[in-house]
Amino acid sequence: MSNISVFEIMGPIMIGPSSSHTAGAEKLGKAASSIWGRSFDAVEFYLHGSFAKTYKGHGTDKALVAGILGMSADDERLRDSMNIAESRGIKTDFIEVDLGDVHPNTVKIVIKDKDQLMLTLVGSSIGGGNIIITEVDGSELEISGQYPVIIATHKDTRGMVSKITGVIAEHQLNIATLEVSRESRGETATTVIEIDSAAPDSIINEILQIENVISVRVLNAIE
Amino acid sequence: MYHKAHEVIKETKEKNCRISDVVLQNESKLTERSAEEIREKVREVLRVMQDAAQSGIDKETKSVSGLIGGNAVKTDQFRKTKQTVCGDVVNRAIARALSSSEVNASMGRIAAMPTAGAAGIVPAAVITAAETINADENAMIDALLTASGVGQLIKKNATISGAEGGCQAECGAGAAMAAAAIVELYGGTPEMAFDAAAIAIKSILGLVCDPVAGLVEVPCSKRNATGVVNAMACADMALAGITSVIPFDEVVDAMYKIGKSLPAALRETSLGGLATTPTGETIRCRLMKGDKDTLF
Repeated sequence: MSNISVFEIMGPIMIGPSSSHTAGAEKLGKAASSIWGRSFDAVEFYLHGSFAKTYKGHGTDKALVAGILGMSADDERLRDSMNIAESRGIKTDFIEVDLGDVHPNTVKIVIKDKDQLMLTLVGSSIGGGNIIITEVDGSELEISGQYPVIIATHKDTRGMVSKITGVIAEHQLNIATLEVSRESRGETATTVIEIDSAAPDSIINEILQIENVISVRVLNAIE
Repeated sequence: MYHKAHEVIKETKEKNCRISDVVLQNESKLTERSAEEIREKVREVLRVMQDAAQSGIDKETKSVSGLIGGNAVKTDQFRKTKQTVCGDVVNRAIARALSSSEVNASMGRIAAMPTAGAAGIVPAAVITAAETINADENAMIDALLTASGVGQLIKKNATISGAEGGCQAECGAGAAMAAAAIVELYGGTPEMAFDAAAIAIKSILGLVCDPVAGLVEVPCSKRNATGVVNAMACADMALAGITSVIPFDEVVDAMYKIGKSLPAALRETSLGGLATTPTGETIRCRLMKGDKDTLF
């Protein structure tokens, strides 16, 4: 049995009504826009399960949009997030879907810019404002957002992990966890690395310069 | 580190201190933060709680769905102008618990304790009890630490999630935490605090989580009000010297087992209980259909 903080009982300080339907949803939105890391024009939210059935009554839609706009879970502007998004020219759509055998509070977020570049993120709000991100750009993974994460997709070939972790070491960053998975041998692989402190923006391009790296996403820790 | 109430009680005896001291020392060790830093963070939480417990009394606060709201104002007006059954102190606490839960349902700012759905109980108990004995902010911070300590034990040995353990794990945990906090505020012993917490949980064992239309409104808001009354009654009993025949640790184990054996329909899925009564179903259908803002 592990030791737990009093602040897992007391708090979070948040906008109601539900830690899983608002605080967790806000975090998922924030995770998506943080990974995207620049301006965007449209966001689609595909809502599954309890999220799909109760999102209006719980304000899950407002919380997701607040997160996308980078607001924190205790920001009282959360109630007006839809209007704020509209005034910034960001189009938001909510679509009820069945994402299959996933947690009841799951959303797929698709962020798009005017050049039709996009990010997809699938994540679940698992209670008490905690989240789990299960997919980024189609790669399956499992991250909590409590640690900064580097997600690299690359060709499944020798020495990739060593080259990527080499860049991380050059930045004096300590690796907390590392997981590699692949579609099949010699195809595309995904390396997910959780680190102890925030990564600088420049690290994306440095890893991208490694031969056979296809894409790099960075998510710094979500408050 | 502690996992059981009897360990906490033992430590308070060895160090001749209160539950809040043991909780604070553990937190300091765990987070490598000073006691002062932790107390400041609790102070921040307390201020959010004080605002949420008051703003629904000052101004009628409607939920986003429009289903609930305004009951904190009603209680406060009633207590000020009429002869109440339970007296002024209890009605102040009820108004505060209703206020926090109405603020929560209106997408206002609250502090979860232990969850958003049960966030009205501990603040109403601590603020009202402190008011009756003119206790200061520091005493309220201690009381919140004690409440959190009780919550930690429930989370470690059972659950504080309605989806896992039913409402007994949310409003029940909240009432137990509140009861222990009041006892410490009133100068009761650590044993008394855990007796009060045990009696509070015993009083609502088996309480199901059956929110109408899946919203944190009906019956959650009123369960916050009765939750704080439960806590106050249990605190008074413990302070009077009444003990719990079944010790706190065993009560928590029983609560967990009962939670596990509740059917899924009665654990936050809104597939049973009040949610599927004719009125509950009618409300759900109306909410599903159209623009919720204009329905109630």
